[in-house]
Amino acid sequence: MTRSATEPTATPMGHVRDALWRAWDSDILYSFLRSPVTIVAAVVALGLIGAAVAAPLISPTNPFALATLDLMAAFTPPVWMEGGSPAYLLGTDDQGRDMLSAILYGMRISLFVGAASVVFAMILGVGLGLLAGYAGGWVDALIMRVADVQLSFPAILIALLIDGVARGILPREVHHDVAIWVIIFAIGVSGWVQYARTVRGSTMVEKNREYVMAAHIMGIHPVVIAVRHVLPNVMGPVLVIATIHLAIAVITEATLSFLGVGLPPTEPSLGTLIRIGNDFLFSGEWWITIFPGVALVLLVLSVNLLGDWLRDALNPKLR
Amino acid sequence: MTEPLLSVRDLRVQFPTRRGVLTAVDGVSFDIHPGEILGVVGESGAGKSQTGAAIIGLLEPPGRIAGGRIILEGQRIDGLTQEQLRKVRGRKIGAVFQDPLTSLNPLYTVGRQLTETIRTHLDMSERAARARALELLQEVGIPGAADRLDAYPHQFSGGMRQRVVIALALCANPRLIIADEPTTALDVSIQAQITSLLKRLCREHDTAVMLITHDMGVIAETADRVAVLYGGRLAEVGPVDDVVNRPLHPYTEGLMACIPTTHDRPPRLAQIEGSMPSLTAMPDGCAFHPRCPHAHDRCVAERPPLFDHAPSSAACWLWSSEGTRTLERTRA
Amino acid sequence: MRDDGHTPPLLDEDGRPVLVRLRGLTKHFDVSPPLLSRVLEGKRRRILKAVDGIDLDIPRGRTTALVGESGCGKSTVARMLVTLYTPTDGDLIFEGTEIGRLRDRHALAPVRRRMQMIFQDPFASLNPRWRVGRIIAEPIRAHGLMDDGAAIRRRVAELLEHVGLRATDADRFPHEFSGGQRQRLSIARALASSPHFLVCDEPTSALDVSVQAQILNLLRDLQRELGLTYLVITHDLAVVRFVADTIGVMYLGRLCELAPADALFAAPRHPYTRLLIETVPDLRVPDRDRRPMAGEVPSPLAPPPGCAFHTRCPLATERCMSERPAMIRDAHGTVACHAVEEGRLPDWTPAQRTAP
Repeated sequence: MTRSATEPTATPMGHVRDALWRAWDSDILYSFLRSPVTIVAAVVALGLIGAAVAAPLISPTNPFALATLDLMAAFTPPVWMEGGSPAYLLGTDDQGRDMLSAILYGMRISLFVGAASVVFAMILGVGLGLLAGYAGGWVDALIMRVADVQLSFPAILIALLIDGVARGILPREVHHDVAIWVIIFAIGVSGWVQYARTVRGSTMVEKNREYVMAAHIMGIHPVVIAVRHVLPNVMGPVLVIATIHLAIAVITEATLSFLGVGLPPTEPSLGTLIRIGNDFLFSGEWWITIFPGVALVLLVLSVNLLGDWLRDALNPKLR
Repeated sequence: MTEPLLSVRDLRVQFPTRRGVLTAVDGVSFDIHPGEILGVVGESGAGKSQTGAAIIGLLEPPGRIAGGRIILEGQRIDGLTQEQLRKVRGRKIGAVFQDPLTSLNPLYTVGRQLTETIRTHLDMSERAARARALELLQEVGIPGAADRLDAYPHQFSGGMRQRVVIALALCANPRLIIADEPTTALDVSIQAQITSLLKRLCREHDTAVMLITHDMGVIAETADRVAVLYGGRLAEVGPVDDVVNRPLHPYTEGLMACIPTTHDRPPRLAQIEGSMPSLTAMPDGCAFHPRCPHAHDRCVAERPPLFDHAPSSAACWLWSSEGTRTLERTRA
Repeated sequence: MRDDGHTPPLLDEDGRPVLVRLRGLTKHFDVSPPLLSRVLEGKRRRILKAVDGIDLDIPRGRTTALVGESGCGKSTVARMLVTLYTPTDGDLIFEGTEIGRLRDRHALAPVRRRMQMIFQDPFASLNPRWRVGRIIAEPIRAHGLMDDGAAIRRRVAELLEHVGLRATDADRFPHEFSGGQRQRLSIARALASSPHFLVCDEPTSALDVSVQAQILNLLRDLQRELGLTYLVITHDLAVVRFVADTIGVMYLGRLCELAPADALFAAPRHPYTRLLIETVPDLRVPDRDRRPMAGEVPSPLAPPPGCAFHTRCPLATERCMSERPAMIRDAHGTVACHAVEEGRLPDWTPAQRTAP
């Protein structure tokens, strides 16, 4: 009925102020402020991400600097327990590493691997989805059949496979150096299908819209049309997938590391820490595994909640 | 004058949004008499569909009736619960919408949908209901109705589907049918079939129809009286011939003048400058004053009530007791 | 106006210069089920003959309209004209150049600069994420007509004012405009490359009547000022009556009548044209006791043999069911109907319409 409830903004405003005004005025911000769970999730997620990014500045010790390790301090319990020390707020592990520092650095690695795999999967998936949707025909059929085949394997299996292949063909030392990139590649490749399917669907809708036809009539090159006209209009849902995928990627990395095929112990991610701590769970040193676990759960849960909210906020049907 | 079948008084429909409350229908009043076809016209955003939806109780949330009364056969139906409304809907009011596909369940045969609707509202055996369903399909002009009873909606063409929807609306012999743009999605040659079907049914069953459309041609051929809405408000209401050929309200005047016709080819079409204000920016006073060639101080400041000038009435200060048009008419 | 020097200008039968000539223009779409279903379930290939052999001359500086109901192929013709679709068969000659078989982007570029299209849905025809200034400048940049940013901005401002908007609107986004204003933006974009030929596909069907009048008047003013040639595609006979000089009536992919607008409305000859004119409700002269003609448009996937209209035609004979009528030209226009040819067409008596 009302096609556009948006009031025209005052004309003399500059582009930047205009953009800021639109962000402030947007429905997204409104729905954000109306959802307490989302606000809490955002605070937790931003807090954890901020702490991870700033780990070298805020963490009490550097868990990678072997010189600072004190084997004598191994298995110190958290500060509030008997035998705890104010120097190690969350206790230490079997090598006397400060758990808090290890978690901060571990989260940093987990998040880096997660974010990088998301970016990789996104570029791959959006590119292939755009190509499939825009070109159609056998190109579309080929890309989507590959996607179908890949979807019939669990993502973790594909990541394991890629990791295994990398281990097989790379010399041991080389593999050690590039392990993190292998993991990013493995997780990224296992996650592109989602992006490709979504982008392909929206592309097929957008490419038949009249503004795309108008560009065709002007004789603009199809690749330019796909990138300049179609791409910006199919990116909305991609952001939602990316957010949720970040949580999945962090979990996948943790799983791989927990299984021992992920990152080497010299670069411990949250998953590595949980695996190491797992050995001591039954001998009473629960903090070595529980605290990294709690950090992982908080991180994944808060990012997931943000993704859920973003999906609802961008979907006009649910508003 | 007979007792009206449906009486709408000062109806207000509002949509609370975070930018404030939007008033989609603002103080609309009209009557529909038994067996009468009332055309409701207006441009998009004028509030015509919301008025229809409010009457059948199918306003989409967060829309709500914020004021006024809707009286059907002497009984108020605006405050009813969903359960009570369901009984009124179908039993006393039938509905026909623009897109016949949304009114039909694609998974059930047409016959099953008809018999179920009939049995919901009338106490009938399965066999009797099926017989009535067949009768209805024949009545709305579906060729080979007996064979088509067990067909699915997608097996019908657009025009035939709209006939099925009309048959569904007629199941319980309602007193009133609300038809919201029933012909808009159809081709011209099919449109004429559907409007004349509506007219015939209305005559034969003494059913009243509220015909909501943007197509003045359809109104001119179908409606007995017509209500013109502008910006959620009633601009003018009266017999169709008067509203089309002797409009009172300057908006109606402009609207009629700017519709092209197949009978002549003017060098230019008359046009109303500007466009209808959006609900978020409704001007003070008369909603039409920014576009009105006759606007004066009072129109800007004060909203005109409906002035009666038999046989029509119009919400325009020109037609108040001291308005210039009124004086012209008394002088003439 | 640009002249092609070496090719003599085309003239139509009335001696007017022709901008676009269609000869036997045909477009078939393959709507067959996928190969697998054809092989396994024995389903057959299905060909949709959207446009099935059309001859039409569009004279320069005038408005030609194609009317018909949904599925008659009028939009397909429009899309072939602006090179969105490649014709299956036939000739498409624009300003002396055969463009139907031209596939090379560079060869098409000068042709594309001289033709533009205005679309039906003003809410889908503008990229929602682009500012108006960029949208309108797109054809200028695409054809490399200007490369100085300031000059482009000036040109955009000029175009905006030409279609009745403000120069400052260039900084706004499409969603800030009403439907009618968006259609003006669409027109401004179409004019940006100074085309000779505008294809208008249902230019006002999505607009309210008061806005429709504004846009139709604007199109007419622009034609007078710029000497534009229009092809208008619409189902609305009242709109056609107002805009068109020549009208072609289409039914199931074929032209059934082509005549000057005045002649067509004064004395329509093809029974389908008569059906259309009779069934359009008219505000000024309403027919309140209408007896509508029964029947529906057959599926274009399985058009009836002979004259496609014979299933609904009151004048149909054996011959109409088997033999496809040819377009025959006489003093009043061109019509494809055996009844006209055999001289058994009743006189046109517009239904007992009397002015109130």
